[in-house]
Amino acid sequence: MGKTIAEINERIKRGEAVVVTAEEVIGIVEEKGTAQAAREVDVVTTGTFGPMCSSGAFVNLGHAQPRMKIHRAWLNEVPVFCGIAAVDIYIGATEMAEHDPLNEVFPGEFRYGGGHLIEDLVAGKSVRLRATSYGTDCYPNRSWERDLTLADVKEAWLFNPRNAYQNYNVAVNLSDRVIYTYMGVLRPNLGNANYCSAGQLSPLLNDPLFRTIGIGTRIFLGGGVGYVVWHGTQHNTAVPRGPGGAPTRPAGTISVIGDLKGMNPRYLTGYSILGYGASLAVGIGIPIPVLDEEVIRAAAVRDEDLVAPVVDYSIDYPQGTGRVLGEVTYAQLKSGSIDLEGKEIPTAPLSSYSRAREIAETLKDWIARGRFLLGEPVELLPCEAREEGVV
Amino acid sequence: MVRHKVVLHFPHEQVDKPIVSKLVRDYNLDFNILKASITPREEGLLVLEITGEEADYDRGMEYIRGCGVSVQPLSQDIRRNEERCTHCGACLAVCPTDALSADRTTMEVRFDDEECVACELCVKVCPPRAMEIHY
Repeated sequence: MGKTIAEINERIKRGEAVVVTAEEVIGIVEEKGTAQAAREVDVVTTGTFGPMCSSGAFVNLGHAQPRMKIHRAWLNEVPVFCGIAAVDIYIGATEMAEHDPLNEVFPGEFRYGGGHLIEDLVAGKSVRLRATSYGTDCYPNRSWERDLTLADVKEAWLFNPRNAYQNYNVAVNLSDRVIYTYMGVLRPNLGNANYCSAGQLSPLLNDPLFRTIGIGTRIFLGGGVGYVVWHGTQHNTAVPRGPGGAPTRPAGTISVIGDLKGMNPRYLTGYSILGYGASLAVGIGIPIPVLDEEVIRAAAVRDEDLVAPVVDYSIDYPQGTGRVLGEVTYAQLKSGSIDLEGKEIPTAPLSSYSRAREIAETLKDWIARGRFLLGEPVELLPCEAREEGVV
Repeated sequence: MVRHKVVLHFPHEQVDKPIVSKLVRDYNLDFNILKASITPREEGLLVLEITGEEADYDRGMEYIRGCGVSVQPLSQDIRRNEERCTHCGACLAVCPTDALSADRTTMEVRFDDEECVACELCVKVCPPRAMEIHY
């Protein structure tokens, strides 16, 4: 006998819903089994916090007087995309401020980019707008400069084309020189292995076949409330899977949106990645409604059961060879070292597990207090393994 | 025996004088150079780990200060901005002394300034730039 999201929402409204985090559900399922756990638990909360380059924000600046059709614009010297309507702009998280040396002095520091700009806006800081235009009959203004804060703009939405990657590569370096990647600094000759996933707490690894997450799923986004609006770019669910259905390669992704004005820089933090560029660390938490035993079995997945591929970032990744050096579990990665080719390699995360836990706890608290109801997906995200009943 | 990590700032008029070697010869102290640099304006910076008897160490530092060199404990110099640290762990890959290490239960990153040798590798690697230099 399954539950519906509407029934779970009724329980949330009455303050009766049983909400646990993706860490807590592991012990509950071990102790009580999936059938009883599925009856008792209503919602499992997940969380992740890590750099997500495919992020950005739409901002409507409001009209200048006289009016202006913005052709080029900069916020704190970061170029923003203006090819939309007159005063709508899009800030890309990885765009760099003008005059940044980039990688001319290698490895570049990338101290201020779109991600830092978004963090500053969310923190309520004043930023400098500079805009130019060619002038039209209806929009005669040709230049505009002003200081503004998030409170001064009409609308500001975080809108991220690809977030919360379902699993990811473990990056190593087989070459004999240090390399600077989006997976961090990789020392030569397998000197270290960097990974980036919250593993057993990570949203899409807890619903590996997208049985509950779809268009309209309400989520914790950047400290505020957001929504899943589509599958993310590079969404690829036709990948090898473990016995529990979780992908053993990078797989699904989600596209998300939310009101920037309700967010918090603690969960939306500008990152500078040495030798690579700027990015934005995004905090995402997704509630998983326990509709049936299958849902809770998948949500009870443990780091020991989740497998990630080890990939060489000196040749194989940049050249796109597709070669995988081996597979390791998140339990091994979190222990601080992995074994590969007979060598013990220290590991370092880029995804903050402690903040992922904080997000899952916060979302649990919101739901338990009745201030966050589950969104009913209007459509589930594409997933071959679910649609064809492979797993 | 005591072991101290100190940062010495040399004014430009002292940069060319053999001051530190006297610590070995006259004060019976051993030192290990962790970092040395001379800035364009010719002020010198030396980070040392000094080992010896406490009385020798105190006399040696008195001598150094007498030469117009300022002496600061190293632990004050590399600091973590707790507000900015997201506990991601990117620093763990580069820290040579395990001054930065992960608590495997909470997965929070600990910073032990006693173990820090001020190599500064973490400073540029830290994505939110939470590791700061305060020389």
